Amino acid sequence: MPQNDYMTRFTRLHGRRLDHEERSRKKEARQAHKQSEDAQNLRGLRAKLNQQKRHKEKIQLRKQLKAHEERDVKSAGEKDPSAPLPNYLLDRSNPSTAKAISSSIKNKRKDAAARFAVPLPKVKGIAEEEMFKVLQTGKKVNKKSWKRMVTKPTFVGPDFTRRPVKYERFIRPMGLRYKKAHVTHPTLGVTVMLPIIAVKKNPSNPLYTQLGVLSKGTILEINVSDLGLTTTSGKVVWGRYAQVTNNPENDGCVNCVLLV
Amino acid sequence: MATIAPPPSKRQRREVLERSQVQADVTPAPIEAGSFKARFIDSDSNQLAEVVEIPLADASEKNVSLLLNTLLGRDKEEFTPYKFRIHLPGSDVILDNYPSPSEFLAVLRSHGVANPFETTLTLSAEPQSVFRVQAVTRLSHKISGHGQPILACQFSPKNSKWLATGSGDCTARIWDADTGTPKCTLTGHTGWVLAVSWSPCGTWLATGSYDKTVRIWDPETGKPIGKALTGHSKWVTGLAWEPYHMWQDGTPRLASSSKDGTVRVWNPIVGRAEHVLSGHKGNVTCVRWGGIGLIYTASQDKTIKCWNAADGTLAHTLNGHAHWVNHLATSSDFVLRTSYHDHTRNVPETVEAKRAKAKERFEKAAMRQGKVVERLVSASDDFTVYLWGDPSESTKPLQRMVGHQKQINHCSFSPDGNLIASASFDNHVKIWSAKDGRFLNSLRGHVAPVYQCAFSADSRLLVSCSKDTTLKVWNMQTFKLAVDLPGHEDEVWAVDWSPTDSRVGSGGKDKAVRLWCR
Repeated sequence: MPQNDYMTRFTRLHGRRLDHEERSRKKEARQAHKQSEDAQNLRGLRAKLNQQKRHKEKIQLRKQLKAHEERDVKSAGEKDPSAPLPNYLLDRSNPSTAKAISSSIKNKRKDAAARFAVPLPKVKGIAEEEMFKVLQTGKKVNKKSWKRMVTKPTFVGPDFTRRPVKYERFIRPMGLRYKKAHVTHPTLGVTVMLPIIAVKKNPSNPLYTQLGVLSKGTILEINVSDLGLTTTSGKVVWGRYAQVTNNPENDGCVNCVLLV
Repeated sequence: MATIAPPPSKRQRREVLERSQVQADVTPAPIEAGSFKARFIDSDSNQLAEVVEIPLADASEKNVSLLLNTLLGRDKEEFTPYKFRIHLPGSDVILDNYPSPSEFLAVLRSHGVANPFETTLTLSAEPQSVFRVQAVTRLSHKISGHGQPILACQFSPKNSKWLATGSGDCTARIWDADTGTPKCTLTGHTGWVLAVSWSPCGTWLATGSYDKTVRIWDPETGKPIGKALTGHSKWVTGLAWEPYHMWQDGTPRLASSSKDGTVRVWNPIVGRAEHVLSGHKGNVTCVRWGGIGLIYTASQDKTIKCWNAADGTLAHTLNGHAHWVNHLATSSDFVLRTSYHDHTRNVPETVEAKRAKAKERFEKAAMRQGKVVERLVSASDDFTVYLWGDPSESTKPLQRMVGHQKQINHCSFSPDGNLIASASFDNHVKIWSAKDGRFLNSLRGHVAPVYQCAFSADSRLLVSCSKDTTLKVWNMQTFKLAVDLPGHEDEVWAVDWSPTDSRVGSGGKDKAVRLWCR
């Protein structure tokens, strides 16, 4: 494994050897032979690792084949589109856009009652004893235990750097940090994995909001630019709020619904 | 604690002091005295007038335009505004924008003309329309009524009062654009109405539907004329009326293209198919009826075919595209659509006079180098636009216009035949010169695929509609955004600029027709 980009740097400076294309083509062509030989002749731990690797590759391969098959089936079957489309869009297989939705969202916003409604209105509070583990520092352990470790999943912004050990009161473990969430669009019924922008509100405690704790009922801001929603003035909608619907600490993932 | 910036150095202080003492020179640079010789040519490179000397101080575009009109011996009432392009002597460079008198010399010098006083500049003069359409700026009416998305819309050529829309609720409706009220509802189709087309005289309206039929309506009463025209085996994709000046003893003909790969030429009054133009191997996406007796069809089998309208035989096949051809426009689209209705609104009395006027307008628009030539432009899924010349001379394209990065959905000729606009799924509209297919500019501003675009009658403005729920009006002189028109709640699928005044109609997925005015 290269520890730096010195290989790409070298090729940028000096180029590749002249027969590089041919060699790589031949190498790829021999790949099957190499794999077969390895599969037959490796022994012990190496054989095990090799099998694991092939197993994973084959899973990916089957998934891809299945996706191809599904796509073919779709194009073959001539189904009437359900919603009216202009002539120039009739023959195009349009990915169902998240567009109609954006207007339905707007319509719903109009009634004031719905403005503050969220899918999970009541949330169980989390006590600080449960949330934080006390870390003991220094010699006079019983007197000054001021350091805490967050025991729940958290979202930590991309520009966060830890403070010096002496000043760091809350530790958010690396293993419990999440950057992405599975976001479900309630009316469209689609779930997409999208990056989290920020934690807007943790209903249990403002401190948890500050720390970015992800618990059930937390309101997140999600980067929905991939969904292609636009405002009425024709600008791309970037951030939208969503509420966490599962217990991330139990499930190991964050699921949420967009707020409409 | 905030960091305090170091005190200014001696040099900095001296510079500040000097700046405060010396007064800035705000008087504009004097225009250099002198003059240049100008030779005027028209778009066919014929010399218009004798070479004249023009003093530099007075050489604004308006003055030069006045001068040319005087040289041509026109009366004051017949003056035509001109747009000039400067051909630099000794090179192929053409300056599209005429500079102001104060910048004139600098612009010429920057293009390598060392001594402008001793060279003869060639100015190619493009006549502009004598009337001016103003940009639409606001939503005048939002008319709901359709129960489903709106798929097509077109203004009547007779008066820009009536707007016909076709919708997914199996009806077409006619709206009164002056008052923003419904005029009549045309019910009868059993499928979505995909295409609406007014006859050039404005006395009939044809609609094509997903139910494979074409129907003819009387727009005054909203009653159908004759029975539905059946024959297609798949849905109807486009409609084209025969140009008014070619009507045989007052009966029009209508061409309809279909997904089944055929084009049918109907006599709508009798309700009979006269010809079936079969030959395409795929969906016929667009049909146009040219003014010289040819029907042009674009298809998803990558070809464009030209058919003789008289006997329904295949005249030419234009090959070139590498993928579906999505849309087709001819240089005479606008005059054929409006026939004898022009900006003066003087409608001739008799049928003969109407035909003569329609023919005269067509020939004036299509005349190039002393010949009546119809040019075609086709937009395709292979990200290119092709410009085709007279197909009887050559079946090779005049120019292949590349630059778009996604499929091109729509293209249109400006009414004066000088510009081509192409709307693409890559969020841009590109403007090309119709003379040689030269790239002129990209109109960036939409944030989602652009579906359609329409020129104003004076060719000075363009409106484009997009998936991003907005319409945008573009200035065709500066190629800048003139007005942004938000207001739709969903994708905008159809847009049309009325053929005489500044009024735009649009419809889309949000089921309401919107009318925009100045």
